[in-house]
Amino acid sequence: MSDPLVLELREQFATPEQQRHTSSIGIWLFLMTEVMMFGGLFVAYTVYRFNHPQAFAQGSAEMDIVLGSINSAILLTSSLTMGLAEFSAKFGRVRLSGILLFTTILIGLAFLGIKFTEYYEHYQQHEAPGVWFNHVGPHAPEVQMFFVFYFLMTGLHAVHMSIGILLLLGLIARNMVGSFSAAYHTPITVVGLYWHFVDIVWIFLYVIFYLPGLHK
Amino acid sequence: MIQAVAPKIEKNYLNEKVGLLSWLLTTDHKRIAILYTFSITVFFFIGGFFALMMRLELLSPRNWLVSAETYNKLFTMHGIIMVWFFLIPSIPGTLGNFLIPMMVGAKDVAFPKLNLLSWYIFMLGGGVTVYALFRGGVDTGWTFYTPFSTTYSTTYVVAAAVGIFIAGFSTILTALNFIATIHSMRAPGLTWFKLPIFVWSMYANSVVLILNTPVLAITLVMLAVERIFTVGIFDPALGGDPVLFQHMFWFYSHPAVYTMVLPAMAVISEIVPAFSRKPLFGYKAVAFSSIAIAVVGFLVWGHHMFVAGESVYSALAFSFLSYCVAVPSAIKVFNWTATIHGGSVSWDTPMLYAIGFIGLFTIGGMTGLFLAALGLDVHVHDTYFVIAHFHYIMVGGSVMAFLGGVHYWWPKISGKMYPEGLARLSALIVFIGFNLTFFPQFVLGYLGMPRRYAAYPEEFQMLHVLSTAGATILGVGYVLPLCYLIWAWHYGRDATPNPWRATGLEWKSSSPPPTHNFEVTPIVTAKLPYDYEAMKEELELV
Amino acid sequence: MITNFRLWPESASSVAGGVDLLFLILLVVCTAVSVGIAAFLIYSAIRYHRKSPNELGTQTRYNIPAEVTWTVVPFIFFMAVFVWGAKLYFEIQRPPDNAMSIYVVGKQWMWKVQHLEGQREINEIHIPVGRPVKLIMTSEDVIHDFFVPAFRTKQDVLPDRYTTTWFEATTPGKYHLFCSQYCGTKHSGMIGWIYALTPVDYQRWLTQGAPEGSLASTGEKYFHQFGCANCHHFNNQGRCPDLRNLYMRPVLLTTGKTIIADDSYIREKLHDPDAQVPWGFSANVMPNFTGVVTEEQILALISYIKALGPQPGTQEPSSSGAAPAEYGTQKGIGGPGATSNAGSQVEKR
Ligand code: HEA
Ligand code: HEA
Ligand code: HEC
Ligand code: CUA
Ligand SMILES: [Cu+2]
Repeated sequence: MSDPLVLELREQFATPEQQRHTSSIGIWLFLMTEVMMFGGLFVAYTVYRFNHPQAFAQGSAEMDIVLGSINSAILLTSSLTMGLAEFSAKFGRVRLSGILLFTTILIGLAFLGIKFTEYYEHYQQHEAPGVWFNHVGPHAPEVQMFFVFYFLMTGLHAVHMSIGILLLLGLIARNMVGSFSAAYHTPITVVGLYWHFVDIVWIFLYVIFYLPGLHK
Repeated sequence: MIQAVAPKIEKNYLNEKVGLLSWLLTTDHKRIAILYTFSITVFFFIGGFFALMMRLELLSPRNWLVSAETYNKLFTMHGIIMVWFFLIPSIPGTLGNFLIPMMVGAKDVAFPKLNLLSWYIFMLGGGVTVYALFRGGVDTGWTFYTPFSTTYSTTYVVAAAVGIFIAGFSTILTALNFIATIHSMRAPGLTWFKLPIFVWSMYANSVVLILNTPVLAITLVMLAVERIFTVGIFDPALGGDPVLFQHMFWFYSHPAVYTMVLPAMAVISEIVPAFSRKPLFGYKAVAFSSIAIAVVGFLVWGHHMFVAGESVYSALAFSFLSYCVAVPSAIKVFNWTATIHGGSVSWDTPMLYAIGFIGLFTIGGMTGLFLAALGLDVHVHDTYFVIAHFHYIMVGGSVMAFLGGVHYWWPKISGKMYPEGLARLSALIVFIGFNLTFFPQFVLGYLGMPRRYAAYPEEFQMLHVLSTAGATILGVGYVLPLCYLIWAWHYGRDATPNPWRATGLEWKSSSPPPTHNFEVTPIVTAKLPYDYEAMKEELELV
Repeated sequence: MITNFRLWPESASSVAGGVDLLFLILLVVCTAVSVGIAAFLIYSAIRYHRKSPNELGTQTRYNIPAEVTWTVVPFIFFMAVFVWGAKLYFEIQRPPDNAMSIYVVGKQWMWKVQHLEGQREINEIHIPVGRPVKLIMTSEDVIHDFFVPAFRTKQDVLPDRYTTTWFEATTPGKYHLFCSQYCGTKHSGMIGWIYALTPVDYQRWLTQGAPEGSLASTGEKYFHQFGCANCHHFNNQGRCPDLRNLYMRPVLLTTGKTIIADDSYIREKLHDPDAQVPWGFSANVMPNFTGVVTEEQILALISYIKALGPQPGTQEPSSSGAAPAEYGTQKGIGGPGATSNAGSQVEKR
């Protein structure tokens, strides 16, 4: 087998070290753009929650706190398996790493499954915004706005999760053909950073959507 | 002669591979730069065509050429195309792509495939926007103010928003690529303070783009969601706040105006030393002023909303910060001027554009000071005074810098010289046409002529006629370079590797450069940037 | 073909002079600086024009004192302009206490104007010179902008909230009114005239074509028509608050916060009655009038409620809603506070 380090060195780089460094700069910059993108939504949410506190509390009371909490736990577990996958790759245990990546995908899918169950429940209770929305009681437009943000933000998060799963599939494929080793596993680290970031976003989403309705 | 040191090699990035596919699948930053040059030129002339139509319509106080509906679509599409499909990607996509790797002595950008992807994303975004245009256009103004854009407009708002949204990712990826390149691909010995100011400015520019473009993206998503599903996000009838949209839009768009001028400043900071044969005066001050513009530029967005109903106290803060962000621009202007003083100044076309830039940018910038003065902005807000202000910076400034840069690096890009006499003439035409077009608009604005008016009271006609006359001259000034540059590409005199005898690393390579830029990776031994003194022998300046 | 050509706008309001002065000073300084820069550029370009192809410039790189000078001096100048501009802005934004109110509703693509005396106009506003006029404005659809170049005033007009602007015309005449915020197809047709009349002419105009009654009396009609009177009895405060003396008084809310019952507060009562409920009353009683009353009718209702309370113009409605400290009187207690305030008002006039 040829040295994976040389194999994976792109022509624009002089050294593997340079390539690794560049990848990590790239992913961190990318995560910064993600922070700004979600940040815009968080700001808008905050403004409206401040403007319509009762309506947002009402909306939040409709959340399924049990499913939400389970999902948080699930996602944190996936971060753990993702972290372990990176860790084992670092020590050259690439097979184990592959298994852990696969576990991460399964957990991620479980998260999405639960998420869509929730969406479906909201849809059935006429809480999906737009023509499907039908809320009886005061502040209906503002409650709908809560759900707009809920669907928009968790939806964007779900899109990120799906992209993450695709990336993980790619990693597994490359792992199977033996691309990774103790010396070279930058893609795993890079995707790992992305995955952890998406998890952190969820924690914030959980806090702003599920918790405000608790003491209602 | 230098030519003897680096003989013209036969294989270069232009002729190494041939065929359309070799262009469409290239990952060479230089070829991608050419792809961008082609695209943005097309967009510029589409946008310019809209501008000409508007100017013609405004010859008469009444609607004589187009209806009010059409006029509204004209300025909207003009603004959208010029801002997102011409000016923001212009210098970064073309000169930035071509030069940044060369200036840092690298073989390519950090992520070449991503670079090509950026261009495709850009074209996809452009395609969707052009689709919106052909389906009937958009009439919201480039600012998309709610609730008009979400609830009342009956035009193709969502399609346009989607087009801009897509193009945004191209901007983000390019910026990301540049930052990574500048951080980790510098040639041995090329420390931060030896980098050309071009690189510093593009770095600052990229940081801004990375941080503000995602905000625009998400704002457009909210706008589209609100419009498609008729739910309330910004519509006050459904509990929304239209002013929040303005805040989010300008949080993006004020920094965005600096992303339209920082690359121009980058170009000027190269041209001025090269044609004065002198190091850039106050290198560190100029370098840090770019960073200052990037940072403080994020804190002044509210100056577009002084009469929009924001509180007087936030207006105070935004006005104050607007004055703070003007200081770094002043620093640049003075340093460029000081560079010319005592130099060995040549009057080649790039230098003419650079001097034009400094003058017009100063006027444009100073009228920004008028606008930032709270009590004064109340009167001139949303009048032609604002139109004149930003065209002075964006057309008189950035477009001039772009043209100057294209002429300066044309020998490097194409390997051919452009016809100098004709080029000087068209620079002059642009300058005259430009001033005739936009100077009367300052007067119009102070008189109270509101912007976005398809028809207007008769007393404004005289000045509008002048402005239209100027625009036609300006149009000629823009068509000329298009013609002679294309001509020069085929028939121009061959260029030497360093026709201007400038100091940048890009000039150490042949013209046009080989596919991987340098025959041998350059090692930078000079102690200082723009070190004419040390390179005297090499450049034969004795 | 070209009429009324001019290079300088008419100035016909009390603030116009101040704005023009700041503009001129900036113009002079900026012209001087840019002419200076241009002259220096051209001089250098000629004086140091390259004489031989191999010539090199002097290799100076920096000069700290110069850098400091051209950083600090512009900054000081900028700060001066900032302070001046801000002062002017406060003057333009803060209507004087004795301003007379006119209500303006913008809609695609016209200006609808209601005078307290009952006159209604479209795309025209008659005002007296020498008296500050405050406009309380809202929009029925998109954002518009009320712009009178000759007065140097401009203010966006937003849906679902009130914004205010004011001016005091100084010269009788006819002045352009523009909509200066893009609002759709006929944005450029949303223009009108301001007629600034001498006090005598203004009185004559008021009496001409006498309206059915004042705006407040129209409001009273609506007050009965929409059934407000069914609940809001006077002297009989049961489930529903007594609206007398409400206008511009502090209201203690169920949340414990105190706010001022300004135009926006009353308007909000009609669109979202439960958003802010006064202390001692319960939510979900007052019906929501969204879609039932128009913006103009709301203005009439407000003007009626205003007439129930202290004299109009005693205290300015502020969109920010900050409570002025001198209002110690509780709502509902008409008493001495209100009278003395109204009294002082009379003296001022
Ligand atoms: C490239 C684009 C660009 C740039 C660089 C700028 C730069 C500046 N702009 Fe401009 N601006 C726009 C593009 C730009 N602007 C656009 C597109 C709009 C309208 C958007 C819309 O509504 O559609 C706008 C609108 C706009 C407004 C809102 C107007 C309104 O709608 O009411 C304001 C208000 O403060 C403003 C201020 C400024 C200031 C203070 C600067 C400063 O950064 C300028 C600093 C530069 C200088 C000051 C010149 C050099 C200085 C010297 C030589 C120093 C010596 C001078 C003295 C001592 C006097 N701009
Ligand atoms: C970023 C860049 C940019 C550039 C380069 C320009 C370039 C020009 N702009 Fe534009 N402009 C904006 C950005 C820009 N503008 C923005 C953001 C707005 C605000 C929009 C809004 O309100 O929403 C605006 C608005 C605007 C208005 C105000 C409209 C209104 O408010 O009613 C006017 C009016 O004169 C104008 C004029 C011009 C002119 C004459 C040029 C000239 O420089 C153009 C010169 C070019 C040509 C003359 C083309 C020559 C080409 C040919 C002759 C070939 C013919 C074409 C084909 C075969 C396809 N512009
Ligand atoms: C069914 C009864 C009912 C009708 C009809 C009604 N209101 Fe009310 N109104 C209330 C009640 C109850 C409150 C106090 C609780 C609250 O604020 O929601 C109130 C509060 C108010 C207040 C705030 C008073 C304060 O002290 O802060 C105003 C102003 C007001 N109403 C105006 C109107 C107007 C104008 C109309 C007619 C267009 C109207 N109301 C019709 C029941 C009514
Ligand atoms: Cu109303 Cu423009
Ligand atoms: Cu700005």
